[in-house]
Amino acid sequence: MTSTAPLLQARKLSVSIGGNPVCRDFDLTLQAGERLAILGRNGAGKSTLLSVLAGLRMPQAGEVRIEGATYDALGPRASACIRGWLPQARSDAFASTVLETALVGRHPHLARWDWESDKDADIARQALAAVGLADFEQRDVHTLSGGERQRLGLATLLTQAPRLFLLDEPIAHLDLNHQIAMLELLAGAARDCGAGMALVLHEPGLARRFCDRALLIHGDGRTEVGPVREMLTAERLSALYQHPLQLVESDGLVSFIPR
Amino acid sequence: MPTRRRALLIIAALAGLALLSLALALMVGSIPVGPAEVFLTLFNDGGGMAGDVVRSLRLPRALAGFACGGLLALAGALLQVLLRNPLADPYVLGISGGAGVGAMLAILFGLGAAGINGFAFAGALAAMLVVFGLAHGDGSWTQTRLLLTGVIVAAGCGAAVALLLSIAPEHKLRGMLFWLMGDLSQADDPKLALGVLAAVLLISLPYARELNLLARGADTAQTLGVAVGRLRRGVYIVASIATAAAVTHAGSIGFIGLIVPHLVRLATGNDQRLLLPASVLAGGSLLVIADTLARSVVAPQQLPVGVLTALIGVPVFLFLLTRDPQVRR
Repeated sequence: MTSTAPLLQARKLSVSIGGNPVCRDFDLTLQAGERLAILGRNGAGKSTLLSVLAGLRMPQAGEVRIEGATYDALGPRASACIRGWLPQARSDAFASTVLETALVGRHPHLARWDWESDKDADIARQALAAVGLADFEQRDVHTLSGGERQRLGLATLLTQAPRLFLLDEPIAHLDLNHQIAMLELLAGAARDCGAGMALVLHEPGLARRFCDRALLIHGDGRTEVGPVREMLTAERLSALYQHPLQLVESDGLVSFIPR
Repeated sequence: MPTRRRALLIIAALAGLALLSLALALMVGSIPVGPAEVFLTLFNDGGGMAGDVVRSLRLPRALAGFACGGLLALAGALLQVLLRNPLADPYVLGISGGAGVGAMLAILFGLGAAGINGFAFAGALAAMLVVFGLAHGDGSWTQTRLLLTGVIVAAGCGAAVALLLSIAPEHKLRGMLFWLMGDLSQADDPKLALGVLAAVLLISLPYARELNLLARGADTAQTLGVAVGRLRRGVYIVASIATAAAVTHAGSIGFIGLIVPHLVRLATGNDQRLLLPASVLAGGSLLVIADTLARSVVAPQQLPVGVLTALIGVPVFLFLLTRDPQVRR
């Protein structure tokens, strides 16, 4: 691991799911502090590509490196100190409190016989406060709403404190106010802690506002990467979603309206 | 999540309960022995008739019961995490079914206790290997595939047991049925079961926090630093060996492997660092108490201990479930 190695690097990646190609010979480099939005139609393979980047799934060809090393070389524990992953859906088989759920993020930082210390609990409480769940500590996760559970997932990730965030639909199920709050929280983590992140998003306007670059996945193996202003245009997005979209601008903020 | 201090206190309390249950098992029976006498006979060879009864009959049976109860509860707790299914118990993956077929065959062939144990253990291992091999076939090894394979193998074994029961001669039926319902009267040497119990607990405990993560989902566990594939295989093998050892010694005693982990979970939460040792102590105690009642309530008749574990466990479980405002607020 050298300090010059990029946070995330994918080389000559070929991924397909259920016989459909997601990407071919795909190269991607993500530096610390950078935010990448991943957009595409349903089933285009956004989540599949993200799980390959997270080391959860093997690509058909090519390799993924984080901070210069492959997941295999690092092993799961060292990998978990570098990259965190937010799943799109989660199911809780057993009852557990909100604080306990956030605290599992400390696992990679603890030695085998360590118990979570007060310091770990403080880190988890800060994360819960950051996502607006400070008063929920002792609630059972089964009693949370979809949006609250989603914010708890983000709190667990903040407790894990990785340098690379791979987020599968981080603002799904969230109210508009929480969507903006979450994206600002993540933007803050990128700016202040130098975290790099890749986010699967469905809202191109928010992607353009909160990300530096965008990756468009067309679902037939074609991918495009570039700065958000070049990628997230009415023309490109209309082709991506195969539906005419119109760009509307107000006070410097951009939104795309389906025709 | 309990603090380490609270966890140790709970374990100490349960260890006290375990000792009480063992003491009860040594005192109660056709020849009642007082607490002081029990204490003396354990550390001296004398004590006459009562001493012999305590040392050579009640003590081995109580220790074997404790070991089997602990093994079943531990296996149940591990499999509930592995399958992420609160309904999983040590028998869900067909291990007891395989042991049952082996034991029925041994009884049919007229083998003695050692033969029955050997056949039962071989049957359990065979079922474990079949389920493992089939579920592992395409490398995906999902919980659903493992669960389905296990349930199907268990169903097949159940049919084989029914077949053997239906062709068995009348005078062997009672022994076969008692074995199937769970029976500690043949368990005369607890050393092996206690050894297996200590070994599987010591192997599992270092991985307890990783098991907490596995209970939250394989992908989540993997991204938080758990080597999921290796951990799952290990849990499967450890739980299988624990089940096989218990079933071999005591037959298919139902209920403990399903209910005890839930009892402990309801009372203390789902942290495997506490849940695994607490389940061992609670499961062992429950089986010792149930077996003491099974051999004394309608003495000289002996009841199948599996009936007693259920009769004790069901009301306790229902009480905890309804009482529980704290966990599901």
